[in-house]
Amino acid sequence: MLNKKVYLDNNLFSDKAKQAALRDGYGEGLFEAGKKDPNVVALCADLKDSTRSNFFAKAFPNRFFEIGIAEQNMVAVAAGLAVSGKIPFVASYATFSPGRAWEQIRTTVAYNDANVKIAGHHAGISVGPDGATHQAIEDIATMRAIPNMTVIAPCDANEAKKATLAAAKFVGPMYLRFARENTPIMTTARTPFKPGKAEIFYSSSRPQVAIIACGPLVHKALVAAKELEKEKIKTIVVNSHTIKPLDSKTILEVVEKTGAVVSVEEHQVIGGLGSAVAELLAKEKPTPMEFVGMQDVFGESGEPEELLDKYKMSVEDIKEAVRKVKKRK
Amino acid sequence: MHLSQSKIKELELRANDMREELMEVLVEAGSGHSAGPLGMADIFSAFYFHILSHDPKNPEWEDRDRLVLSNGHICPIQYVSLANAGYFDKEELFTLRKIDSRLQGHPHRGSLPGIETTSGPLGSGLSQAIGIAVAAKLNQKRYRVYCLASDGEHNEGNWWEAVMLAAKMRINNLTVVVDRNNIQIDGYTEDVMPLESLRDKYEAFNWQVLEIDGHKIEAIVDAVNEAKATLEAPTVVIAHTIPGKGVSFMEGQYGWHGKPPKPEEAEEALKELRSLEGKIRGEHA
Repeated sequence: MLNKKVYLDNNLFSDKAKQAALRDGYGEGLFEAGKKDPNVVALCADLKDSTRSNFFAKAFPNRFFEIGIAEQNMVAVAAGLAVSGKIPFVASYATFSPGRAWEQIRTTVAYNDANVKIAGHHAGISVGPDGATHQAIEDIATMRAIPNMTVIAPCDANEAKKATLAAAKFVGPMYLRFARENTPIMTTARTPFKPGKAEIFYSSSRPQVAIIACGPLVHKALVAAKELEKEKIKTIVVNSHTIKPLDSKTILEVVEKTGAVVSVEEHQVIGGLGSAVAELLAKEKPTPMEFVGMQDVFGESGEPEELLDKYKMSVEDIKEAVRKVKKRK
Repeated sequence: MHLSQSKIKELELRANDMREELMEVLVEAGSGHSAGPLGMADIFSAFYFHILSHDPKNPEWEDRDRLVLSNGHICPIQYVSLANAGYFDKEELFTLRKIDSRLQGHPHRGSLPGIETTSGPLGSGLSQAIGIAVAAKLNQKRYRVYCLASDGEHNEGNWWEAVMLAAKMRINNLTVVVDRNNIQIDGYTEDVMPLESLRDKYEAFNWQVLEIDGHKIEAIVDAVNEAKATLEAPTVVIAHTIPGKGVSFMEGQYGWHGKPPKPEEAEEALKELRSLEGKIRGEHA
C-alpha cells in the first residue's frame, strides 16, 4: 500500500489522477527561485517556451540570456557567470544539453567547480513523434560519469518544481532531468523532497521484490505494485529521484528486506539508475536484479504510450520483471 | 595609463627574465609547450606588470580585473608571470606537471591562486569570459575582463558561437587578445585550417579589430587602452607574434608547439636569451 508518511495524492491510481508536465514544474520552480534570489539567472538556446524558461524571462528580463542555438556556448557562458557569484540555470533539450555540450560541462562546469544547474528537457523516449534524434536516453549515464556532478530525475511536475527550487539553494554542479508530456501527479506539497534522499512510495508487509524507479515511470511502478498484490506478490517501490549521489542507505535497507530488485527508468539500461544500483549492490550486497529501460537501442517516432509499450517500459513489463527476478532469488 | 620609457624597458626585461625561467621550468617538467609561451612572454609581462588591476596578496579581490587564458596549454608562461607577480614562490614553478603539484599541465581554477577559469580544451575561454563580463554588469562592478586566446582555437565552433554572442550583447568590458603566431600542432594554421582574413571575419561579426606587433610593449598597452575607450562593441586585438620568440632555433617552428627543450637545447636557448637581455639593455642605453 501507499506509504502514508510521504503524503502521496490519493487519486493517483484512479482515472481522475491529475496530470501535468515536468517541464511546467521547472518553469514554476525557476520563476520562484528567481523571485527568492537575485543571483539566479537563466540561459536558453532558442527553446524558451518549450523549456518553460519563459516565465522567468518575462519576469526578470535582465537576468535572462537568449544564447541562440549554441549549447556549448550557453554552458560555458554559464560557467563564467557562476565563477562570478551567479546561479545560472541552462535549459535546452537533453539531447543537445547535456548531449552536445558534454565536454564544456565536464571542463568548465564540473572540473571548474562552477555552480551551474543544467536542465535537460524532453528527456526519455516519451518525447514521442519527434523521434530518436530528440529522445535523450543516455543523459543520466553521461552526467553520472562526471566527478562533482549531482544527478536528479524528478517523478512528477510537483517534484520537478521542488527539485528546481532545491537546485537553486544547492551549491555545486547539478543535472536536472525533465520530460515533455503530461504525466500523472503522485506527490503533494507535503511529500518530502531532499536531494540525495530516496523515498519509499509503496510497501507491503513481507515484501519479496524492491522496485527502484525514477522519473515519471515511478507511476507505472506503483500501478504494477498494486496489480501484483492480486498475484500475492509483495513489493516495495522506491522513488530514487537522485541517481547521484545514490541514497545507498535506503536502497540497502529495502534490498535487505526483499533480496531481489527491479530497476525502472526511461533511459538506457547501460549507465543509468539501474547501473548505479547494481554498482552499489555488487559491492555491498550482491542481489538478483532485472533492468526495465531502453535495451541498448534507439527509439523512433510514435505516441508516448505506444513507445513505452514497444520498448518494454509498460506496467506489464515491470510486472514481468518482478515475477522473473522473484524466481531468481 | 601612462607608459614611460623606463617602464617599457622594465617590462621588456621582465619578459626576457620570464623567458629564461620558462626554459628552466620546462626542462624540469620534461613535457609541455615551448613555442606559444615564449611568443606570449611580452604580452604576459605587459598584463601582469602594467595593465591588470590586481592584488597578488588578495587573489580573490572582488574588483580585480580578470584574465581568462583560453588556450590553457600556454599556462607555463602564466605560471611564471604569477610567480613573478608574487602569487606564490618561484620555487614552486619547478613542480609543474609533477604529482601533487598545484601547477597542473593545464590550468585548474581552485588549484592555484590567480587562475580564473579551468581551460585546456580549446575554444571555450571566450564563452566563460563573456559570463564573467556579464556578471560584472549585473553586479555593477567596473572590473575588465581579458581573454587571451590562440589562433588555432579559432577552428572550434564554440569560439564563433561566443564571438556572435559578444557582439549581440555589445559586451564592452571585455577585450580579446589573439596570439596570431600562425602555428598549431599539425602545422601552419593556413595549412591546417585557413583563418585569413581573420580581421575581416571579426569585422563581419561586428567587433572592433586592432592589429599589433605582439612583441612591442607599447603597442600592447595602447591597444588595450583603445579597447577600453570603445563602448559600442567588443574589441579583439590580433597580436602578431613569433612562436618561440627569443630562441632562434624555435622561432616560427611548429615542431616546437607541444614539446619542451631537452637539457642541452635549453642550455643553448638560455645562452641566446641571456644575450638578448643585453641587447634590450643596449637598445635603451
